[in-house]
Amino acid sequence: MSRTSIGRDIPDSAGDLGKLSPFAGAWARAEGVSAPRKLLSAGRPTKVLSGIDEAVRRSGLESGMTVSFHHHFREGDFVVNLVLDAIARAGIRDLTLAPSSLTSVHAPLVAHCRSGVIRRICTSGLRGKLADEISRGLLEEAVLIHSHGGRARALREGSISVDVAFLGAPACDAYGNACGSSGKSACGSLGYARVDARYAKSVIVLTDCIADYPALPASIGQELVDWVVPMDAVGDPKGIGIGATRISRDPRELLIARKALAAIDATGAIRDGFSFQTGTGGASLAVIRYLRELMLARGIKATFCLGGITSQVARMLEEGLVGTILDVQSFDADAARSMAVNPRHIEIDAVTYADPGCPGAAVNMLDFVVLSALEVDMDFNVNVITGSDGVIRGASGGHSDTAAGAALSVVVAPLVRARTATLVDRVETIVTPGESVDILVTDRGTAVNPRRPDVSAALKAAGVEVRDIGELRELARSITGDADPVEYGKRVVALVEYRDGTIIDAIREVK
Amino acid sequence: MDILKPAVAGTLESCDAAVTVEPRPAGSLPLLELVVESSEGRFAAKVGVAARAALAELGVTRAKVTVRDRSALDCTIRARVLAACLRGAEPACGAEPVAKAAAPWEALK
Amino acid sequence: MIATLRRTMLFAPGNNPALIKDPQIYGPDSIIFDLEDSVSPAEKDAARLLVFCAMKSLDYGRIEKAVRVNGMDTPWIRDDVEAMVRAGADLIRLPKAECARDLVALEAMVEAAEVACGRPVGEVRLMAALEGPLAVLNAYEIATSTRRLVGIALSAEDFVTSMKTSRSADGVELFEARGRIVLAARAAGVMAIDTVFTDLSDEEGLLREARLIKQMGFDGKSVINPAQIPIVNGVFEPTADEVRKARRVVAAAAEAEARGVGVISLDGKMIDKPIVERAARVLDLARASGAKVGEEER
Repeated sequence: MSRTSIGRDIPDSAGDLGKLSPFAGAWARAEGVSAPRKLLSAGRPTKVLSGIDEAVRRSGLESGMTVSFHHHFREGDFVVNLVLDAIARAGIRDLTLAPSSLTSVHAPLVAHCRSGVIRRICTSGLRGKLADEISRGLLEEAVLIHSHGGRARALREGSISVDVAFLGAPACDAYGNACGSSGKSACGSLGYARVDARYAKSVIVLTDCIADYPALPASIGQELVDWVVPMDAVGDPKGIGIGATRISRDPRELLIARKALAAIDATGAIRDGFSFQTGTGGASLAVIRYLRELMLARGIKATFCLGGITSQVARMLEEGLVGTILDVQSFDADAARSMAVNPRHIEIDAVTYADPGCPGAAVNMLDFVVLSALEVDMDFNVNVITGSDGVIRGASGGHSDTAAGAALSVVVAPLVRARTATLVDRVETIVTPGESVDILVTDRGTAVNPRRPDVSAALKAAGVEVRDIGELRELARSITGDADPVEYGKRVVALVEYRDGTIIDAIREVK
Repeated sequence: MDILKPAVAGTLESCDAAVTVEPRPAGSLPLLELVVESSEGRFAAKVGVAARAALAELGVTRAKVTVRDRSALDCTIRARVLAACLRGAEPACGAEPVAKAAAPWEALK
Repeated sequence: MIATLRRTMLFAPGNNPALIKDPQIYGPDSIIFDLEDSVSPAEKDAARLLVFCAMKSLDYGRIEKAVRVNGMDTPWIRDDVEAMVRAGADLIRLPKAECARDLVALEAMVEAAEVACGRPVGEVRLMAALEGPLAVLNAYEIATSTRRLVGIALSAEDFVTSMKTSRSADGVELFEARGRIVLAARAAGVMAIDTVFTDLSDEEGLLREARLIKQMGFDGKSVINPAQIPIVNGVFEPTADEVRKARRVVAAAAEAEARGVGVISLDGKMIDKPIVERAARVLDLARASGAKVGEEER
């Protein structure tokens, strides 16, 4: 027998339950239940800290650990740089930086890589000065480039184990209910951050808008959040995306978009009840404009639109042309607003979006996806991560996830950009394998992957001119001439992970 | 064709090239100095070949020529080199903007 | 090649390498490389060389290559004509044509250039852009000035200024000029091409104007942005019903000819020659719009 703190006698053990612990006071084991939540004054927990420095201190972060961030603030993000500065001030080193992606605003991280604060990076994308420096060998350890679905898988499986997630939120209550679609820095969906919140050992939400409790429904719930840090601003609305994304006025992109839609339509994919996703990039976004016109003319509706969401798709939801939006990332303020007001504009996390190992990735339900490319080769392999000079300047994103999942995947690109051929003999880096690309639409013609004779036949039957990819390649060559090869060094500066965790390509140092 | 004064043609817009020609003082070597600076390094050698071919068309053998390439096609490099040379072939004094050396069309293929 | 249809003639600024490298991808019936208004006086030489080199080395496919040269009263016209004829231009479009004499003088220059570079004499066609009140009054004499002339075009910006007015949405200020031009063109048996529509953001306005000039009888329109091409071409695209009727008319005419019968009849009605001509044009337009005008359905 043992005695509780209130004086009742209970048995030491009981059958299958085994050894029993006697009650010892209401808060006696609070630390054990929810460490490190130590600020339990008078039973009313407060998670609000004084600032980032205190958050770093309280997070339990130590040298050699892994920290994560999200990229929902895109080019407007303040959080990553400010937190890394605080981490550096705390004398912590040798970190693995595992954000969902990085953009050109993260150039200041170069100094933290040089000084040893950051030892390794796992990310979907890299741009700007940081990307340039990494391509020139900034880090000893190779950067791991993963897809959005691949990252979700890695977090879920634990192959990336995040010790502390620093997650910026446009609004959050004092108890940690964080929301993306209100506040001055509204970014809409927090779909990537939700995975970090679920799987990180410690979760810190940074916000520039403390909302009244309970701020529910929330993107990230109080049950996942350890600390809340008020900031002056989590990001610059200009970089996050103000107003509505404008459809391109570039006639070349509009031409490609029209051709892409004609090719998709020829396959029969645009029928009542279809589903779709369009990637970023002028031509793929412009497809939405022509798709909407076609749907209005035919009087048909889509059941859902997936992925990164823009104002155009939000408008189609409001017009009744799209039944449901599954939003993992909102690209502009209008899309963010739509998520706040439209019950059928639904925020989903990256696991639900594209995790190849989970039993319910939404990409598998897509009828078609339209994707951009930096380079495409004769085998339809796609590069969206390195430029033609071999330097990293892009993001894997959901490219390989949606290309693999969608019933029809269409890649759109101009055949030649200035003097740089987009269609090449061999892409500098493979992100999406050609086997999951069905159609390439360029301004100079459309080619169908030989693996899809059915698609080729459908296009021809509908009067869409289909050109052989080799013929298109020769046309590109006749315009540009052959480029001299990129001079790479031996050292591997980044590894491109396919969504299933295998390595699909290695990016070498550029001299 | 002799380059008598400094001249420029073209722009630094994408797909264009800015070409500068300058007279080469007597006695300086090499007679023809060509500098190529290209935004698309993998084509820099080809830009140089196209520029030299254009210089040869006009028989320019003594000049300093600078090509700042912004991913121009070969035909654009050719046009800008020809234009810069024809402009530079005019005497410096009393030259009006429109009175440039006439292009020898019959010699251009 | 010489176009048989000119629904859209796309201007490409002659000194801009990015805009002249591949305008044919947008599917205009003609590309007009511009050496005139889009090029400043100091850059005339550079633009001429750029268009020359581009035409010599780039493949523009089966699309008419036109050049808008500088006016007859400028110091650039001789070089423009010599360079462009040598470069392989299919058509020279003369701005600010005032009277038949301008075209006759231009023809002499073109012919000299053809002879000098060994092109067949007469290969290069001409088009005149009418930009002032006198030009419009002289429309018929211009349209009949030379056998090379294939069309007359309205250029409205200068015209409305001369007329002491400005352009408006319904185009009432151009009504007389358009009417005279299309009338003169038809009387002379050449094409009538309408002026550009400059407000790129107003697709509705462009559509209205394209419908208006098509109904007036124009063959097409000059355009300044590739995004305008599908809109204008769309206006000239015959409906499925028009194509079906036209196909039956043409088939009936062919059958009558095959049987050596002078009178063509369809569904018990006699068909006049103009109806056959109109039907043939409908089928041309349909083919250009990508429709299959199958022989098999005859």
